[in-house]
Amino acid sequence: MDMNEIKEIFFQECEEQLAELESGLLKLNDGDRDPETVNAVFRAVHSIKGGAGAFGLDDLVAFAHVFETTLDCVRSNKLEPNQDVLKVMLKSADVLADLVTCSRDGGSVEESRTKTLVKELEALANGEMPSAAAEAPKPAAKAAPAAAAAPAPTDDSGFQPIPFTFDGFGGDEEAVLGNVFDISFKPTRELYSKGNEAALLLRDLSRLGEMSIACDMDTLPAFESMDPEASYFGWKISLKTAKSEDEVRAVFEFAEWDCELDVKPAEASEDEEQPMVPVPFDLSALDDGPAEPAAPAPAVVAAAETASNVTKAVAAAVEKKESAAAAAAAAAQNNAAAAAASAGQTIRVDLDRVDRLINLVGELVINQAMLSQSVIENDATGTSAVNMGLEELQQLTREIQDSVMAIRAQPVKPVFQRMSRIVREVADMVGKQIRLVTEGENTEVDKTVIDKIAEPLTHMIRNAVDHGIESPEKREAAGKDPEGTIKLSAKHRSGRILIELQDDGGGINRERVKQKAIDNDLIAPDANLTDEEIDNLIFAPGFSTADQISDISGRGVGMDVVKRSIQALGGRISISSKPGQGSIFTMSLPLTLAVLDGMVVTVAGQTLVVPLTAIVETLQPEASAIHSFGATQRLISIRNSFCPLVDVGRILNFRSTQANPVEGVALLVESEGGGQRALMVDAIQGQRQVVIKSLEANYTHVPGIAAATILGDGRVALILDVDAVVAASRGQSLKPEMSLAATG
Amino acid sequence: MKKKVLTVDDSRTIRNMLLVTLNNAGFETIQAEDGVEGLEVLEGCDPDVIVTDINMPRLDGFGFIEGVRRNEKYRAIPILVLTTESDAEKKNRARQAGATGWIVKPFDPAKLIDAIERVTA
Repeated sequence: MDMNEIKEIFFQECEEQLAELESGLLKLNDGDRDPETVNAVFRAVHSIKGGAGAFGLDDLVAFAHVFETTLDCVRSNKLEPNQDVLKVMLKSADVLADLVTCSRDGGSVEESRTKTLVKELEALANGEMPSAAAEAPKPAAKAAPAAAAAPAPTDDSGFQPIPFTFDGFGGDEEAVLGNVFDISFKPTRELYSKGNEAALLLRDLSRLGEMSIACDMDTLPAFESMDPEASYFGWKISLKTAKSEDEVRAVFEFAEWDCELDVKPAEASEDEEQPMVPVPFDLSALDDGPAEPAAPAPAVVAAAETASNVTKAVAAAVEKKESAAAAAAAAAQNNAAAAAASAGQTIRVDLDRVDRLINLVGELVINQAMLSQSVIENDATGTSAVNMGLEELQQLTREIQDSVMAIRAQPVKPVFQRMSRIVREVADMVGKQIRLVTEGENTEVDKTVIDKIAEPLTHMIRNAVDHGIESPEKREAAGKDPEGTIKLSAKHRSGRILIELQDDGGGINRERVKQKAIDNDLIAPDANLTDEEIDNLIFAPGFSTADQISDISGRGVGMDVVKRSIQALGGRISISSKPGQGSIFTMSLPLTLAVLDGMVVTVAGQTLVVPLTAIVETLQPEASAIHSFGATQRLISIRNSFCPLVDVGRILNFRSTQANPVEGVALLVESEGGGQRALMVDAIQGQRQVVIKSLEANYTHVPGIAAATILGDGRVALILDVDAVVAASRGQSLKPEMSLAATG
Repeated sequence: MKKKVLTVDDSRTIRNMLLVTLNNAGFETIQAEDGVEGLEVLEGCDPDVIVTDINMPRLDGFGFIEGVRRNEKYRAIPILVLTTESDAEKKNRARQAGATGWIVKPFDPAKLIDAIERVTA
C-alpha cells in the first residue's frame, strides 16, 4: 500500500464521516441531546482533520480545526446547540464537504464562503464562552484561516520552552563543542506505573554523549520491608554532550511529571562529592530492538545487578521476557486468530466483482431453468431422483440469487442525506424556511437503483422547495406554520421500494396548470379532465408552471424528464395534491434492476413476460361483460365499473384485427397515470422470476417493450412495458416500424 | 524478534498510515478500531507497546488506557497516545489514565518510530 492508496481510503472515509456529521447535526436539530450524538459529530470533524493533516491538505485542516473548536464548545456544554447554532454548523458541514471534494478532485471553494463561516464559527465559540476564549491562543485574531488553524507547533514536546542562555558558562564555543550537565533524576512510583522505565530513559540519555552515572540507593530499605512497586533509586548523572539543555530535558518528556528532575550546567568544582557505590552496568543488555547503536554504552556507573531484581523497572523487564518466551509459539497463533477476528464486521469489495457475481448467478438461474425444463420433458411422472434433486437445486439457486442481491443492497440513507443539503441550499436561495423530515432511511435497495434515483429525486426536491412550499408570509397569511415541511420517506411494499415526497405547501394550482397546458397545446381548450389528470399534466413534456423559469428548478429539465428517468428504472411516479394542503409525489421502484417477478403469457403465438407488480388481478371475461364503445373501443365491466380493454397483440402489431376477448384472459393492470386497463392476452403460462437482459444494450429500444429475458427453454421472451402499452391504447400508437413483428 | 505494536484508532486512514509506517520500520502490527476492540485484542496479541487514539466510539482512549492498566498482565506496558488533541488538559488526562507518552497528529513517521523506540527496550 502506498500513500496514494491511503489517500484514496482517506477520501472514502471522509464521505462516511461527512454523512455521520450531517446525520448527527440533523439529530441535534431535532432536539436530540444525547452526548454520544455530539461526540459522534465531533469525532467526524476530528477524524477528517486528522487525516487531512497527514496529507498536508491545509485548507481542509484549517477549516476543520475551527469547526472542531466550536463543536468542542458544544461537547463541553459551553455552547447550547440551538437552531441558530445548528444552522451555522450545517452550513459548515456543507463547506467541509465541498473542501473535501476540492481536495480530491481539484478546484477550490470560494474563499468568501469559508471566511464567513470561519467568522461565524469563531463568534459562536468566543461569544458563548468568553473566559475560555481569553485563555485560548486566539486563532480568531488572524486574518488567514489557514494560518489561524495550523496546530500550534509548540505542543509537540509538551514543554514550555525555558529561557536559557550560556552567558557566564564559558561562552558559545563551548556550547557547540560540548556542554556538561549535572542531572539528578529520581523517579516516583507513578513513573513505573505508567509504563515508563528508568533504565530506558538513562539509555536514551547515554546516546546524547558521554555520560557517567551514579546510583543513589540511600532510600533502599531492607529486603523484608521492600515494596516491589515502589521506587527507591535515584541517579546522578554527568553528561557531556553537544546538545542543548532543552534537548537533554526532552529525553524526560514523558516522565517529567513523575520524577524529581534537575538538569543544570555543570559547575567546574562540584565534582566528586556524592558518596556513591559504583557498580558496573551494561545498558546495552536492555536492548534487543533494532535501534541499538553499535557503539557500546559509554562509561556507566550504576547500581544494577545486586539490586536490579527489586526495582520495579527491571522486574518488569525480566517478567516480560520470561512470559514472552514461555508463550511465544502459542501466542503467535492466537494473534493471527485475534487479528483476523478483529478485522471487523464489514469488508469492502470492488463493485465490479459483485456485478460479475450477480451476472453469473443470473446465468445460473437461466441454466437451472433450462435444465429443469428438459428433465420435465423427459420424465413425465416427475418423480425421478433427478427431478427431486432439481427441485432442491431450484430452491438453492433462488436463495443464492437472493443472497447475492442482498450484497448489493444498500440503505437509501446517503441519498436522503444529500437531499437535506439541497433543501437547505435552495431554501436559503429563495428565502423560505423549510424543514426536511426523512423516514425509513435504512430501507435497502439495490445499489444500481440508488445511484439512479439521486438525480430525479434532487430535481423533485428542488421543485418542492421552489414551487411546492409557499413563502413564509404567504404561509402565515394562510394560517400555517411559516416553516414549511417536506417529508421524504422510503418503505418496502410488495417487492418494490416506495419513495414518497410530501410537502405541506399550496398544492397544485389546477387552473393554472390547465391553462398552461392549453397554452402549450398539450390539451384541447375544451378538454374535460379530472383533477387527477390535470395533476398529471405536470409530467407532460415541455411543461413548466413557473411563470418565470427560476434559477433553482428551471434548468431546462421538467418533470417529464424526472418521469422518464424513473420509468427507465422500471419505476412509476404519481402525484396527488390537495389545494392548500400540499402535494405528494409517490415513486415506486423495483428493488433491483437485475431480476423481475413476471407472469409469462402467450400473445399471438409469442411468449411475453408481464411484470407481476403491474398486475392487479386476472380474469376470464364473459361475453356479457364486454361492451363496445365507439368504433374500435371495447370496455369490460368489472364489479359494476367499466374498464377499457386493450388487446396486447393488436397494440404490438402481432395481429391486424382484435382477438375475441372471450377466448383470452384479461390482466387487470394499474398504470402510473391512474386508472385501470384490462390487457387482453391469449393465455397465461405461469409465473416466474426472470433475469432482466437489457434490450437497448443488445439490440435497440422497442416501444412497448421494457427488456428481454431468456426462458427455461432457451428462447428469448420480451418483457412488456405496461405503461407504454396503456399509453399506446390511449391513442399515442407505437410506431409500426419499430413494432415487434420484426423481432418476434 | 520483531517488536509487536498494537494500534487502536477508529480512523481507517490513520490505521493504514500506522500500518505502513510500522511495517516499514520492521514492527509487527496488530490493529483495533476502538477501545473495546483494543481490550479484546490485547489478550491474544501480547504487544510490546500500544499506540492509541483518544477520540473513539464505544470506548475512548482514556477508558482504554485505564482498562489496560487494570489488567495485571499489561499494567506495565508502554502506551503512547496518538492524537490531534493538543491542549495540555487532554494530555494530562491521558497521563492520569496511565499513558506513557504521546505523539501529536499529524504524525511524522520518524517521530512515531522514535517515540516507540524510546519507551521499549
